[in-house]
Amino acid sequence: MEHYTMNLTLKVWKQKNMKSKGQFETYQVKNISSEMSFLEMFDVLNEQLIAEGKEPIAFDHDCREGICGMCSMYINGRAHGPWHQTTTCQLHMREYKDGDTIVVEPWRANAFPVIKDLVVDRQAFDRIIQAGGYVSVNTGNAVDANAIPIEKHKADEAFAAAACIGCGACVAACPNASAMLFVSAKASHLALLPQGDPERKIRAINMVAQMDKEGFGSCTNIGACEAECPKGISVENIARLNREYIGAVFSGGSDNA
Amino acid sequence: MNWKHYFTTSIGKKLVMGFTGLFLISFLIVHCYINAMIFVSRDAFNAAADFMGTTIIIRIMEIGLFAGILLHIVQGYMLVSKNGGTRKEGYAVKAGNKTSAWYSRSMGLLGTLILLFLVVHIAHFWVPSRITGDLNEVMVRDREMHDLYQRMVDVFQSPIVVVVYLLGVFSLAWHLIHGFYSAFQTMGLTTHKYKKMIRNIGIAFSVIICLLFAAMPVSMFMGWVN
Repeated sequence: MEHYTMNLTLKVWKQKNMKSKGQFETYQVKNISSEMSFLEMFDVLNEQLIAEGKEPIAFDHDCREGICGMCSMYINGRAHGPWHQTTTCQLHMREYKDGDTIVVEPWRANAFPVIKDLVVDRQAFDRIIQAGGYVSVNTGNAVDANAIPIEKHKADEAFAAAACIGCGACVAACPNASAMLFVSAKASHLALLPQGDPERKIRAINMVAQMDKEGFGSCTNIGACEAECPKGISVENIARLNREYIGAVFSGGSDNA
Repeated sequence: MNWKHYFTTSIGKKLVMGFTGLFLISFLIVHCYINAMIFVSRDAFNAAADFMGTTIIIRIMEIGLFAGILLHIVQGYMLVSKNGGTRKEGYAVKAGNKTSAWYSRSMGLLGTLILLFLVVHIAHFWVPSRITGDLNEVMVRDREMHDLYQRMVDVFQSPIVVVVYLLGVFSLAWHLIHGFYSAFQTMGLTTHKYKKMIRNIGIAFSVIICLLFAAMPVSMFMGWVN
């Protein structure tokens, strides 16, 4: 693909802190390379703002290689922008052309309050993990591969669920702001493996209870989460969590914990 | 899980929607089957309708049906209201149909349209048949019964009524296309192996049953039956 440069208009959400009311600010950026990532384009904008003596835009980012899940940006109506199974840091400017206007918003959900500008508080996810997304026993050092025999298809499914990076795009994309894709991925990768099996019932009950407590919505099986997930987590995990939960509550739940 | 969990937890609420939804779907099959008797004969339809209206077990099931409808409606609106409040500050630009199907996001709206249609529909047939008895009587196989067939002929003389019924059935079709699959997904039955099959059965069921329902007022209006 040919390299080109572009001038863009950016409408970015600016919000001083959790309590203040935010609004959109409009910025112009010039000579953006088509080979830049979306975050590099934001770096250029922030350098420009600093040079002008203005406050730069706060946004979350860390690894910039698509595996950490920090870069939460809702770009022109899409979580992490329009590319399929791609985080914002891996979205590249060749998606855009000269003169485009791009609207950038933070994740929107009551459970993810805006801390500043595009940065949201995703600790609700941490609290859900703390409620049951773990194995209680100390497993010590990594054991030899295949020391515990696991069926191939189960290992594959567990691995696919474990690919979840907890970025929150599922919540951001869901019209109900439901966290079911995240919770189901975390419950699934443990429930599918022998190490996670003993606590699967209490895990399902406690993680769902915490999810509800955090103020996420009910899953109505719309499927926008799966469409927007940068790691391709399937809604089949949601069906599994529903099974886990129904099985747990009908069998008395906590008797194995 | 005690009974309260069905109304308080997010998955419990969805289970109530799924179970009542599938129960209402089973009713639709019976309703469609009985009504399809109009394509057989006037007497066949009247006899079938009379059986449904006078058999005690079916009258008891009818109470269950109304309870199911009520539960589905109340729980549905509670879900819509709760989910509507999970994002105080909305997005300026929405994904729309790029990430999901419009009907899956519009179950509350489609359900409301079906509810409005149901009010009209119940007033047309159920009320005169079961409450007021405001219908002509006919003799079928030496038994006196309501001439519900004639009632259908009369009601579907009006093109406006036919259009209202078609809109009701159209809303039902989209509601079912999502609802059928969604019920199975909530119950956790849409595993990798069966997901596609359940989805396709849901679509086929919704289209077929709604085409059959739509054929009834249209046939009456056009005079294709009788």
